[in-house]
Amino acid sequence: MNRKTLLTLGGVTIVLALISLWMGQQAYTWFPPQAAAEAQLVDDLFSFLVTLGTFIFLGVVGALTYAVLFQRVGRYDFSDGPPIEGNITLEVVWTAIPIVLVIWIAGYSYQIYDQMSILGPMEHVHMGMATAEAAPLSSADQSVERIEVRSRQWAWEFYYPEQQVTSTELHLPNNRRVKLVLQSADVLHGFFVPAFRVKQDIIPGRVIDFEFTPIREGTYRLRDSQYSGTYFAAMQADVVVESPAAYHQWLTAAAAQTPTAAANPAFEEYNRTTKAAINPGWKTVIPAPPPIVNYSAQDSSAKDKPV
Amino acid sequence: MTDSSLEVIPAQTEQPLPDAPDNWKRFFSFSTDHKVIGIQYIVTSFFFFLVGGIFAMIIRGELITPEADLLDRPVYNAMFTMHGTVMLFLWTFPVLVGLSNYLVPLMIGARDMAFPRLNAAAFWMVPVFGVILMASFLVPGGPSQSGWWAYPPVSLQNPTGNLITGQVLWILAVAISGVSSIMGAINFVTTIVRMRAPGMTWFRMPVFVWTVLSAQIIQLFGLPALTAGAVMLLLDITVGTSFFDPAKGGDPVLFQHFFWFYSHPAVYVIILPVFGIFSEIFPVYARKPLFGYKVVAISSLVITGLSGLVWVHHMFASGTPGWMRMLFMFSTMLISVPTGIKVFAWVATIWGGKLRLDTPMLFGLGGMVMFVFAGITGIMLASVPIDIHVNNTYFVVGHFHYVIYGAVVMGVYAAFYHWFPKMTGRMYSEGLGKLHFVLTLIGTNLNFFPMHPLGLQGMPRRVASYDPEFAFWNVLASLGAFLLGMSTLPFILNMIGSWVQGKPAPGNPWRAIGLEWLVSSPPPVENFEEIPVVVAEPYGYGKQEPLIATDVHSLEASS
Ligand code: HEM
Ligand SMILES: [Cu+2]
Ligand SMILES: [Cu+2]
Repeated sequence: MNRKTLLTLGGVTIVLALISLWMGQQAYTWFPPQAAAEAQLVDDLFSFLVTLGTFIFLGVVGALTYAVLFQRVGRYDFSDGPPIEGNITLEVVWTAIPIVLVIWIAGYSYQIYDQMSILGPMEHVHMGMATAEAAPLSSADQSVERIEVRSRQWAWEFYYPEQQVTSTELHLPNNRRVKLVLQSADVLHGFFVPAFRVKQDIIPGRVIDFEFTPIREGTYRLRDSQYSGTYFAAMQADVVVESPAAYHQWLTAAAAQTPTAAANPAFEEYNRTTKAAINPGWKTVIPAPPPIVNYSAQDSSAKDKPV
Repeated sequence: MTDSSLEVIPAQTEQPLPDAPDNWKRFFSFSTDHKVIGIQYIVTSFFFFLVGGIFAMIIRGELITPEADLLDRPVYNAMFTMHGTVMLFLWTFPVLVGLSNYLVPLMIGARDMAFPRLNAAAFWMVPVFGVILMASFLVPGGPSQSGWWAYPPVSLQNPTGNLITGQVLWILAVAISGVSSIMGAINFVTTIVRMRAPGMTWFRMPVFVWTVLSAQIIQLFGLPALTAGAVMLLLDITVGTSFFDPAKGGDPVLFQHFFWFYSHPAVYVIILPVFGIFSEIFPVYARKPLFGYKVVAISSLVITGLSGLVWVHHMFASGTPGWMRMLFMFSTMLISVPTGIKVFAWVATIWGGKLRLDTPMLFGLGGMVMFVFAGITGIMLASVPIDIHVNNTYFVVGHFHYVIYGAVVMGVYAAFYHWFPKMTGRMYSEGLGKLHFVLTLIGTNLNFFPMHPLGLQGMPRRVASYDPEFAFWNVLASLGAFLLGMSTLPFILNMIGSWVQGKPAPGNPWRAIGLEWLVSSPPPVENFEEIPVVVAEPYGYGKQEPLIATDVHSLEASS
């Protein structure tokens, strides 16, 4: 390679690297707010992969674009290109680079996953260096009670064992490690709060421990993420993250209320005639009756829009 | 199979055009000619592509507004279930089997597949299970509504109480499809191993043949797992066994293992032949040999091996313990190494060539770029912390549609145009072809790019209604879907119009190197009057060397 090609290659690499770094920064804006410590970890990892991915994508597309623009053949030119069949050095290099990248990405992902330590199925000990510091927020070690998450077709219900409070809205104290116990009464459901970047399928017949640390007050959306049948899309709930004081106040107030039937979109929709244009009247699984709870979620239009 | 010259039918003269009165009928008969069967597969599956496309447009019609207002929810759920099932089992698999059927014997210098009758039987099962699947619209309760994964316990629920439900018909259809695929796989592997022309050593086989071999080996080891899972599911539904029913002590996660042990490798059954198509097309239109031919060929087999070790990446957020998540994260990422090798080899093949942007090349280039994008999102999905967030969201749907529409459908279109003159003896219209390419490229990106931001923001897949904040990207995606629907019109017009009255095609319109280009267009019934003797590696562009011996004696010189 002569000096001119080397300089051009170097220049192109720098430009691509700058664009990729910029994309990596943009990536943070593609997510909901970072409402949990885990969200910060996941977003950093994602930003890194976007940087790397942009570089590779632009490299490949750039080379192809150059070829398409400048290496086209004239209409009546029937000659062939140079019969180059390969280049051992080049092939070794482009096998080695992906291998190194894979080890790097997998190692980094492992680290992040270990720091998240969200538990999940059958895993009651830490992997790797199991210490209290492995939890993403060391101030969050003040243990709180384990909240039961009960899912069924198609309703969420949350149970706070200490105060024996049931609710259809999940209230969580800010800056505390939250411990959930995930259960399903019928089919698979999925616990998914996009603002926290955490998700876990709920498997009937199993009890799954799940942990994370909310770090931002506000109202967020909990969505069923594992397809669960007819009214799957309607199976959502709000998650309210509030100061520990407000949280305890809410718990006490809720404990004083007598249980009533909560609003339940799936059940209501089942019991009224559908407005859908196309409706052959296929029989569906009958939704479970609305949960009877101490605290039922208010009409969410009255509150700040959840994210 | 036989080399008796008495059986060789002379080229051209007796080769009828498909629209000639006596002969279009052979496409509706139990023909054992691999070329007829190939075209039967292709046309049948394209019909189902349109059916699946209509389902897709109905889905996107519902999703153009946040509320569930167009379809009753069970209908929506039936739509996405049938869309996925039709697109995989009735379009992608059979269309690639069709192309392979047409091309493999020609490319390796054989007169037909190893088992012509088995071949025809495998094909005729396709319309049979297609009809069974469509019939499920007519049973009480409608078609299966449990998604193409059919995860229990949802797939075990039977609100109608009938014995014959959409779900049961679905399992039956998938099972027949599996039997048909196994028959096809046995045939392909035998043909490639046993029926190559003299001189066609392993490293003289075109890469397309390598990829078909690699893909069909996957069918052989993977399908038994899916079949076992399907049978157990059927028993659970119909006779009340409890393999997967947690209410009776069964394990629903076990089904997921059975399902993905096959269905992950299945995505490589799909993409490998498309890698083969890319590897055939780029050298022709860049007029250069395929860069690193041997490595590209071997990497297909490496992918086959690795593809059996990664299935749990579809279950990261399921009942999968942490150590298993980490293990399968690593194995999954390893697949990007042989895949990356292929991509770099294609770029190096194109680089410095003498490019000609005919329609097949445009689709090839477009498909490759879309594949690179999908590979990058694939690595993101393989990273457990990221997948925990985006699993079961539209991000995954975006990823696999970039692969399956962007790379596979585009690659299949590239193949259709490239081998159309060979199959029909007619040239297609370049103008319509380019229009088709532009519409497809815009439509695919408009339809599937918006799914990535939607997934990152947390919109789950398989929802009939969604929060209003997701509306913007969904409207774009729906417009893209309708555009993609439109994009098939110039294609259909082109194919039918050109087949009926296109300019007659010469034997080798692209000046391509390969055995299939040495026979007339369309090829005679038994392909080769005399079985050729191969004396060179494929892709000898710029090397001015003959591919086959002009007389049998030169075989000794070459080997
Ligand atoms: C670099 C290579 C690739 C990697 C690392 C990769 C990784 C992944 C991962 C981890 C998932 C699971 C995501 C989830 O459900 O949360 C996934 C889904 C999927 N991938 Fe890929 N992928 C790659 C290439 C391909 C190819 C070549 C195809 C097909 C031709 C493909 C088709 C699919 C499909 C169909 C799904 C989703 C199936 C479903 O959930 O319905 N991928 N991919
Ligand atoms: Cu659910
Ligand atoms: Cu997979």
